[in-house]
Amino acid sequence: MNKLPELIFNKSREGKTGYSFSETEIPDDLIVLDQEYRRDDIDDFPQLSEVEIVRHYTNLSHLNHSVDSGFYPLGSCTMKYNPKINETIAGFEELSAHPYSPMKLVQGNLEIIHTLDDWLRKVTGMAAFTLTPAAGAHGEFVGMKIIRQCLTDRGNPRKVVLIPDSAHGTNPASAHFAGYEIKEIPSNEDGILDVQTLKEHLNEDVAALMMTNPNTLGIFEKNIIAAAAALHSNGSLLYMDGANMNAFMGIVKPGDLGADVIHLNLHKTFSTPHGGGGPGSGPIGVSQDLVKYLPVPLVDKKGDRYHASYFNKGIGRIKNFYGNFLVMVRALAYLMALGKENLRTVAEDAVLNANYIRKSLEGALDLPYKSKTLHEVIFSDKGLPVKTMDIAKRLLDFGIHPFTVYFPLIVHGAMMIEPTETESKESLDEFIRAMKAILKEAEEDPEKLTDAPFNTPVRRLDEVRAARQLVLKWEKREDEKTDDG
Amino acid sequence: MRYLPLTDSDREEIRNFLEIKETKELFSDIPRDKAYYPLEHIPPAVPEDELIKTFKAIARKNKFPDYLSFLGGGAYNHFIPEVVNHLSQKGEFLTPYTPYQPEVSQGSLQAMFEYQTMMCMLTGMDVANASLYDGGTAAAEGALLALRKGRKKNTILVARNLHYEYIEIIETYIRHLEEYQIDYVDFDKETGKVNLEDLDKKICKECAGFLFQSPNFFGVVEDSKKISDILHGKGAYSVQVVVEAMSLPLLAPPGETDVDIVVGEAQSFGLPLSYGGPYLGFMAVKKDFIRRMPGRLVGETVDVDGNRGYVLTLSTREQHIKREKATSNICTNQAWCALRAGMYLSTMGKTGLMKISKTNHLNTAYFVKEIAGFDHVNIKHKNNFFNEVVLEVKHMPVDDFIDKLEKKGILVGVPLKWFFKDKAYASAVLINFTELHKKPDIDSLISAIGELQ
Repeated sequence: MNKLPELIFNKSREGKTGYSFSETEIPDDLIVLDQEYRRDDIDDFPQLSEVEIVRHYTNLSHLNHSVDSGFYPLGSCTMKYNPKINETIAGFEELSAHPYSPMKLVQGNLEIIHTLDDWLRKVTGMAAFTLTPAAGAHGEFVGMKIIRQCLTDRGNPRKVVLIPDSAHGTNPASAHFAGYEIKEIPSNEDGILDVQTLKEHLNEDVAALMMTNPNTLGIFEKNIIAAAAALHSNGSLLYMDGANMNAFMGIVKPGDLGADVIHLNLHKTFSTPHGGGGPGSGPIGVSQDLVKYLPVPLVDKKGDRYHASYFNKGIGRIKNFYGNFLVMVRALAYLMALGKENLRTVAEDAVLNANYIRKSLEGALDLPYKSKTLHEVIFSDKGLPVKTMDIAKRLLDFGIHPFTVYFPLIVHGAMMIEPTETESKESLDEFIRAMKAILKEAEEDPEKLTDAPFNTPVRRLDEVRAARQLVLKWEKREDEKTDDG
Repeated sequence: MRYLPLTDSDREEIRNFLEIKETKELFSDIPRDKAYYPLEHIPPAVPEDELIKTFKAIARKNKFPDYLSFLGGGAYNHFIPEVVNHLSQKGEFLTPYTPYQPEVSQGSLQAMFEYQTMMCMLTGMDVANASLYDGGTAAAEGALLALRKGRKKNTILVARNLHYEYIEIIETYIRHLEEYQIDYVDFDKETGKVNLEDLDKKICKECAGFLFQSPNFFGVVEDSKKISDILHGKGAYSVQVVVEAMSLPLLAPPGETDVDIVVGEAQSFGLPLSYGGPYLGFMAVKKDFIRRMPGRLVGETVDVDGNRGYVLTLSTREQHIKREKATSNICTNQAWCALRAGMYLSTMGKTGLMKISKTNHLNTAYFVKEIAGFDHVNIKHKNNFFNEVVLEVKHMPVDDFIDKLEKKGILVGVPLKWFFKDKAYASAVLINFTELHKKPDIDSLISAIGELQ
């Protein structure tokens, strides 16, 4: 028996209505569109009543695991609690202006953008921000374009971007789309970048190093200041991927570590909801020398008036309008709620929680790097009778979302666990108990893991079939097609 | 702090377990002289009741709600049924991430699959992806897709009557990719439409494809079929940009006019104006383009028991597998916006969409008809518009015209000189009408314009 709701198209029936909207007073005969430009029908488009729509989506929602429903230690994604008040504020109708409204009529919105910019500068030590990028990877792309434009102005855009093997997976693709070749450099046995190794890779072709810090092993790149110095003396720049800022918000400022460009993820560190895969927001912060390369528009304040400026001769425009404004609203509400009293505690609790999990499971799972870790911990499946994916799938039966699997690539069968600060100790203990129980099952009854999950709405799905026999949309079954077409 | 569940005694217990005295010790890899910087410059915490008040006060500084607005140009104010607001706010939809574990993400996945299907029905294309950031970046991705698929061809043609912000974004995306270049196709100043002769002239052996907007930036429906035919005759791809998705239920679908790639902005489907974002970029393509298209795709499959289920598929195109060889660097995109669009589309249903779309056009047509009697203003392109028109102001500078109407409580439209240096548009505004404008609203715009004679 299939536990998923029927597809909405199969529930549709001619004559049902799910909406109500006042009729226009303008008569149909005013239409001035030639028939050749018009359509007569939208074949098979759904028609349902309001209550059927509500039940359809409510039943679908029950099939999802979410931060609101349980522990979600997906490493590098910072699945922290998304405060409800942020949703209320983002829903204020008075914020939902048209983006081309005259600036004097949207002073509140411009104030929000400017104030968030100010907050981000305060917590990162960067000289200025653009809030326009729509997501982390979009920010990376923008950051690399800023670097390219800067180096072009200095006479040579250069060719190569160095990326440690412990960096985020989006980094190589982002640098590539900014026109660079990628050179991967290895991290050392401590899981960090060695300055000597970096220096060996430096030459006149190197535009920048893209360093994730803390890296995807959860380890702080403690050579960052020396790395920045080596890069700068080579005429290269340092891009710091700050997606893991949750590890040290309020503890250290990337601007103090020599970073020229950083990106943040408002949907990670700053609590805005992940939405099932966006919308996010990936602000880019730059050092003083690079401010002139920021994309348009920038929001300035003169006296007590705010205005958006389009005159920056930077890299141009990278997104429509101002970016994901309502994501910014949520992030600002979050920062204001935290304030100086709690900013640092967020990072401290995130790191305490991650280390609690690390030490609790260290004897039971292989820990490939012994260095200190911050907000997340990465184990490997070395020595286990089952694979990482099997443990992940069995965790689903315990009502826990699995960790990130098989990433970073430098760890065999990586399990990347990031609890965040918004988990209680009880929740961590429950996870640790579940992991231990699963590891015991792995020894005694491994099939329980390889066959898992058992208690989910569907069981293991055939991904190979999905890719080979592509079904990317619903189509009316042949025998249901009427003879009108 | 209510977001932090650890108590002081929990923290103490964890520290003891970790055999450390102070939490600080966990951060000892951070250079000592940089760590634990003073926080005096950070404002103090604001309690929940004060936070609401603070934001209410900020929101009240926005005066736009007091105005009757006809602003469009890439962002459109449409009706949103309440069910969309309620259902999309469910935490089960709002707070998960990308469905990497499909067994516990079937809700998001099935909803995305349904959204992909509805976008295919509206565009007449074979496959739609699960979302892109917004219309402008979708247009840039469309240009890159045509270039990738065109293999050795290195030029993308762009219509000059494509939304100027979109052109700027395409330029930014392509600027540093030295293997590619952009060339521009003019439009006819009389009709406002793509100049087909210029298009024919500009297509060269190196042209991978042509991006044009329909309805175009002036609101006029383009001859997509003719454009596609010209392009296909010379081995180039037809890429249609749909900035106002609300036009899709009324107009001939791009698939029927032989367009190869459709990209655009679907904010009109259930997303409020939100001061420009988050919105919803979309892409729908002919079958041949699937393996080179960017963004997430949801596919149907079965589980080990043979039950229907959904997964993210063709991930070998994506950055986390292919790294720098991926079709795009996109990871997080606009999934929740696509969820809302799916909710909106299924709630409005076929009849609702077709009716609302027609109302947009009728309201615009009514304005065009009524304004025809004035001598001091003129509709520039009178034929085959959708829900936007260009109004030329003949008797005063356009800024004065806009200001005077603003003083009467009306935001008449977007001045075209923001986007076009050409003298022909120096004194013109782009005016948008949607189903939310009622006849008395349009009448008051007309009489306010009349009073400025």
